[in-house]
Amino acid sequence: MIYFNNITKKYKDISSLEDVTFSVTQGEFVSIVGHSGAGKTTLTKLLLAEEKPTDGTIFFESKDIHKLSKKELTKLRRKIGIIFQDFRLLPNKTAYENIAFAMEALDKEDSEIIQDVPHVLELVDLTNKAFHFPHQLSGGEKQRLAIARAIITQPEIIIADEPTGNLDPINTNEVVNILKKINDLGTTVILTTHNRGVIDQVKKRVITLENGRVVRDDKDGKYMI
Amino acid sequence: MLFIHIKRIIRSGYHNFIRSGFTSIASVLVMTITLFVITSLIFVQSSLNASLNDIKEKVDVTVYFIPGADEGEIKNIESSLENLPEIREITYTSQETALMNFKEKHANDYLTLQAIDELDENPLGASLNIKAQDPSQYEGISKYFESDNSLSRGALTIIDKIDYHQNKIVIDRLTSIINGAQRLGFIVSLVLILISIIITFNTIKLIIYMSREEINIMKLVGADGKYVRGPFIVSGILVGIIASLLTIILFIPISIWLGNQMTDFLGINLYAYYKSNFLQLFIIMLGSGVVLGGISSSLAIARYLRK
Repeated sequence: MIYFNNITKKYKDISSLEDVTFSVTQGEFVSIVGHSGAGKTTLTKLLLAEEKPTDGTIFFESKDIHKLSKKELTKLRRKIGIIFQDFRLLPNKTAYENIAFAMEALDKEDSEIIQDVPHVLELVDLTNKAFHFPHQLSGGEKQRLAIARAIITQPEIIIADEPTGNLDPINTNEVVNILKKINDLGTTVILTTHNRGVIDQVKKRVITLENGRVVRDDKDGKYMI
Repeated sequence: MLFIHIKRIIRSGYHNFIRSGFTSIASVLVMTITLFVITSLIFVQSSLNASLNDIKEKVDVTVYFIPGADEGEIKNIESSLENLPEIREITYTSQETALMNFKEKHANDYLTLQAIDELDENPLGASLNIKAQDPSQYEGISKYFESDNSLSRGALTIIDKIDYHQNKIVIDRLTSIINGAQRLGFIVSLVLILISIIITFNTIKLIIYMSREEINIMKLVGADGKYVRGPFIVSGILVGIIASLLTIILFIPISIWLGNQMTDFLGINLYAYYKSNFLQLFIIMLGSGVVLGGISSSLAIARYLRK
C-alpha cells in the first residue's frame, strides 16, 4: 500500500535520504531502525507530506502523495494515525478533548464521539485521567494518549516516529504491546526506533537505515548495527 | 452538520480563550488600549467641535441702518436675505430696542443717559444681525449688499454701515483656525487609530505564532482549514467583545470626572455626551473590537494554512 521509489531528500547540500526504495503491504508491521541522523524522521515527514522529496516519488495506494491538492492531502491524513516522540498533544485540550478533536476533524457525530472516546481511553488505561490536561500527565500517559488519538479514527496505517524515545523501559514495553495489538487487529504499523529492546520485542520486518541509505531489509528482523 | 460544526468551533474557541490564561489577558489588554484610544479620540473630536461651534457662534455681521429708516423697507431686506441659503439666522433690532439696549448697557453712566434724554430724536438706527452657516460665507453675504441689482436702490441708501470690513481680519483668522483644527484633528486621529490597529494585529499575530505547533498538529490529525481557523477567530472575537465591555465600563468614571472637572475647559459636558450617545458608542466599540479581533486572527492564521 506504500511505495517509496528512489527517494532522495537533501537539506541544502546535505543528503538526509539517498535513493531509498521499499514498499509496505497492508497489515504489515515494519520497524525502521538506524542511529540518530540516519534519516528515520525525514522518512516519516515525507510520508505525511510535511516535506517534499528532492527526488523520487512516494505512493499511498495508487496516489502520488506529493501531487495531492490541499483537500486530498487532508483526506489522506485522515487515513493515517500518527504517534510522535514528543507526543504533540494539544496543550489546551483535556485528554478526552484531544481524542474527541481527532473525531470532530473527521466530521463524526456527537453520539459516536461520546460512545467511542471512553472506550479507547479504557484501552490505553487512561479512564481516570480523561479530564487531565497534557501537562498534568506523565510521559508514558502522554504517549498512550497520543496512541489513543491515533487509533480512534480507525486509520489504515499507524506511523509511530520514535514513540518510545522519551519513555522508561516499563512504559516502552507497554507502548510496544499496544502497537502490536493494533497490528494484530489488521492495521498497518510503521515504527521508527533506535531502541534494540523494542525491535527484539516486536520480532517483525526490520529496515535498517545508515547515512540515509537502506542497508538491510530483513523479513524477521533483529537489531543489527 | 453545519450547526454541529459551528457549535464545535465556538466551544473550541471558547476553551482556547479561557485556558490560555495570561496570553488571553494580554491580548484583551492590548485590544482595550486600542478601543480606549478610539473612544478618547471620539471624545476629543466632539469637544473640539463643541469649542469650534462656540467660536463660530460668536462670529456675526451686523447691518446698521440710518436712524429714521423706514421699518417696512428693512423688513423687505430681511425677507430677501432669508432666501439666501448661506444664512442661518437673522435678528432684527428695531430703533427702540437699540435704544433700550443702549440704556441698559450704560445704566451706571448717568451723563450719557442724560445726554440721550436731551435729544428729541432717537439717534440710534435699527440693525439686522446676521449669522451665516459657516464663517467663510460672511464675505459673500457682505458682497450681496454691495451689488446693485440684488436690492432696490432705496435699500442701499438707508444702510448706514456693515461691520464686516472691521471684523474681516478676525473672521478670516478664525475661519482658517477652525478649518486647520478640524483637519489636524482628523489626521491625528487617523494616525493614532492606525497605530493601535497595527499593534493589536501584531499582538494577535504573535499569539498565533506561538500556537503554530498546535496548528500543525491539528492539520496532521486530519482537520481541514475551517476547523483549524475557526477556533482562533472565535477567540479573537471574544477578545474584542471583552475588551469593548472593559472600555465602555472604564469610560463611565472617566466621563463623570471629565464632566465634573473639565466642562468649562472643554466646552462640553462629556458625561452628558457619553450618556446620550452611550448606545452608539457601545456599538462602535463592540463593532471595532469584534471586527479587529476576527480579521486579525483570520489574517494571522492564513499563512499557516497554506500547506
